[in-house]
This record gives sequence, structure tokens and C-alpha cells, in this order.
Amino acid sequence: MKCQKCKKNTADTHIKRVINGEFEEYHLCSECAKEMGYTNVFSNLAEGFASDFNSLFGSFFENALPARTQATRCETCGTTYNDIARTGMMGCADCYDVFADRILPTIRRVHGNTTHCGKNSSNNKSKKVEEKSEDVKTSELENLKAELDKAIKNQEFEKAAVLRDKIKEKEDNNE
Amino acid sequence: MSNVIMQTRIRLARNLKKYPFPCRLNTALKNEVAEEIIKAVKNSNSPLANELDVLYVKDLTEPQRISLVEQHLASPEFVSDSAGRALIISKDRTMSIMINEEDHIRLQILKKGFDLDNAYDIADKLDTLLDENLDFAFDEKLGYLTQCPTNLGTGMRASVMLHLPALKSSKAIGRIAGNLSKLGLTIRGAYGEGSEPQGAMYQLSNQVTLGISEKSAIENLKNIAEQLVNQELQAQKRMCESLETQDSILRSLGILKTAKLITCKESLELLSNVRFGITGGVIKDVDIETVDTLINDVQPATMIVNKKEKIPPHERDILRAEILNSRLN
Ligand SMILES: [Zn+2]
Ligand SMILES: [Zn+2]
Repeated sequence: MKCQKCKKNTADTHIKRVINGEFEEYHLCSECAKEMGYTNVFSNLAEGFASDFNSLFGSFFENALPARTQATRCETCGTTYNDIARTGMMGCADCYDVFADRILPTIRRVHGNTTHCGKNSSNNKSKKVEEKSEDVKTSELENLKAELDKAIKNQEFEKAAVLRDKIKEKEDNNE
Repeated sequence: MSNVIMQTRIRLARNLKKYPFPCRLNTALKNEVAEEIIKAVKNSNSPLANELDVLYVKDLTEPQRISLVEQHLASPEFVSDSAGRALIISKDRTMSIMINEEDHIRLQILKKGFDLDNAYDIADKLDTLLDENLDFAFDEKLGYLTQCPTNLGTGMRASVMLHLPALKSSKAIGRIAGNLSKLGLTIRGAYGEGSEPQGAMYQLSNQVTLGISEKSAIENLKNIAEQLVNQELQAQKRMCESLETQDSILRSLGILKTAKLITCKESLELLSNVRFGITGGVIKDVDIETVDTLINDVQPATMIVNKKEKIPPHERDILRAEILNSRLN
């Protein structure tokens, strides 16, 4: 289906709203959807969208942060990495684990960090509170990763290389 | 303060650990999730347990569905698809739970005026009671796990609905909106879409949910809301001194009192002007409550639901004019 707004691109976003007492539905391309304020946070990860710079960014990033798993599919719910990139939606709680390495940069970009602060579910209360020193280490690592992310975005590759080495060192120590 | 801030809303997103998120559930499993949540609410020791209605979207007419959107009790996305979707709602309509919208649970507390701490407190208690009976998807590092990563962490969206006619007319709102995103907040029209929100009513909400606690997010929102209110009141005071503004406010009231045919859009613009007139001291014999109730009651689907029968658009405009005439005279 073609985008109803620009009538050029393929529609991949379905938008529903209420105008003057009636439903209105639109099928839009991601660009037109973005213009109207609807965004898929993972859209830049979708296949076929990668520009030269993005693929450079991608390969560089993989070197920097060796993925723990190369899983392409969540065993629990069947969601693939491509599904997530296409829809911006996770399939189940386990997806966050399975695809952690690849989605964390996006989460950091959206929220500015990747560590929860606030109410805990009772699910979690029975677990022992993590030791303080562990927390400090993790957050240091988080900060370095955020800096790396920024350096790559600004194409400061020398700085990024230094940061990447630091992260590697820290991660090796943690294990 | 509460004249500019019309409404306060807290929304919490939660998911059950043992089911995939709604985008990965078929209707049968969605129904199962819904029944489990409804049971948990009924068995909880919460104020919602004793005085609730359960509305299954599939049982609602189209005007009933749309009216829920007009009254800020459901999202357009929620009511546009009925499979496995239900709304639990308190009799007074201040507490509600959308089941199987983007997440299994979207708990909402809706309060009149500026009431963020109290609204959060109610949401928090309700959530804690549900947590006793339902196993929520939660991760130590990422917080509450949600279908869309934009809600990770606290899963909380706090918002206030602001009436900002003076800031809108002075075009200050665009500049303000640009700065707000840097502070982790977002502002958009509460009615209508795009760059021209109807009736100068806006929703101001927190954007970031991960790495900031509920309390800090609410403090942040409160701070900014108060600053906006002060700016608005100053601008209103200045504007209301001019004869042109007074003229336009009083003409608006005149039209609402006497018109024979009026659309929803025009009603909202004129009611907004009258509201401005009340806050700015130009109109003294109209109650702000009356205006706020009218803003809800002139919405097209809500009119049909209240009348309990189908009304074609042209007759709706006649009926709307009658409602406005009688309540403002
Ligand atoms: Zn398009
Ligand atoms: Zn999954």
C-alpha cells in the first residue's frame, strides 16, 4: 500500500485518531508519520534504510561492543530482530534480554540513559539489593558507553577508539 | 492556578510477565489476560474493587467508543480495535484501566484541576495492590518492561491539561515547546491535531521515563507547569486591559448565548474565549465549571451518547446551540 499523504513511499505506519466525532485511519510512510509526530524509535535500525554512514556506524559499533548473543529470534514469543526494527515494538519481556546489545543504544538515545530509578515491582523486592560497588561500576560503564555513542554520532572516531578500549578493559575486569 | 490547569492525569503502563505483549497475542490470549486483570482488580483491596464498571470494547457502539476518547478515558488506538480489549472504570470515572492497549495494563487517574501529588498517590496505591495479585514484567536495570521502549522504567506519563489562550495568541507557545523537549517534557494540543490546537487547550507531559523517578518527574512537571501558568496569567492580565480583547471575549459569549447553529470546533474556540474572560476578570457572571462541563458536553460523540439516539451532523449543530444557549443564559 502507498502512503496516503505523499502517495509515493510504501506505507508502514497505521495511525488512528478521532476527528469531529469520527474515526480517521491513515496508512503512512515512516517519513510522513514522523512529520505528524508519530515515530518508531527503531526506524533507523530497519533493513534497507542504512545509509553509508549508518553501515559504517553499525560495523564500528559492533567492534566496540561485542554482542553477547547473535540471536535473531526470541524463543519465547517468536519476535525477530527485524520485527522490532520494523514496528518499534518488543514482543515480550524476554525480548529485552535477547536483543539487549542491539537495542540499548536506541534506549539510551530515547531516554538519555539506561538505568531505572524509581518504584520497584514486588517481583523484585525479594531479590537482594545489588551491592553498591557493583552499581558504581555499572554506571561508570554506562557513562562510557554513552560517551562512545556520542563520539560516534559526531564522527569523532579517534576519541571513540580510546573510549572503546576503556570499555573493553572495564568489561574484561568485570567478568 | 486551577483555572489555567484544567485537569491532571497519571498513567502507568504495566505488563504481566507470563504473557507476551499485546502485539504478540491472539484474541483468545488477550481475553485470558483481560479476565485475569479484571479478577485481580475485583479481588484487590482497592477502592476501585467495589465500584467499577467493566466495558468490553466489542460491546460498545461507535459513538460510545469515541465519547470515551473525547472524555480522555481511552485512546483512539484503544477503541479502534475491539479484540480482547476492555476498560475497567470507576463509577466517578476518575480511575480507569485500559486492558490490552499497547500494554496489558494502562492504569489512569484523572483529576480536576492541578492535583499531581494526590493523583500519583492514588495511582501508586492501586498499582501496589494489583502488584500483589499479578506478576508484573520488571527488570532491575530497565524497570517496568513495556511493549514500546519509550515507556520503559517507571512506565509513568504524568500530564496536566492547560488552558493557554494568551500564550497561544502571542505565539509564545511555539518557542516554549521547543525548549520543553530539552527538559524531558512535551506539549501538544488537547483537542484537534497538528499546529492549531482547538480552544488553546494543551497537554503538558513528561517524555522521559527511564532513569528518572516518579517523584522527580512529577516535581519537574509541576515546576514547569507553574512557570507556564505564571507566564499565562501575566500575559492574560496585559491582554485583558485592551478594549479589543474585551470586545472579542464578550462577543464570544454573545454568540454562544444566541447562536442557532454551531459546530464543535467553533464552540471550543468561543468557550475558550469565555474561559479566558472569566480568568482575566472580564466576565463575572459565568461559572468556570459551567464552561468546563460544556467543553466536554459539546463533543459530537458525547452528545449522541448523552441523547441516547443517533443525531445527524446538521441536527447536532442545532442541538449544540440549544445546549449552549440554555446553560449560559
Ligand atoms: Zn509518505
Ligand atoms: Zn520475546
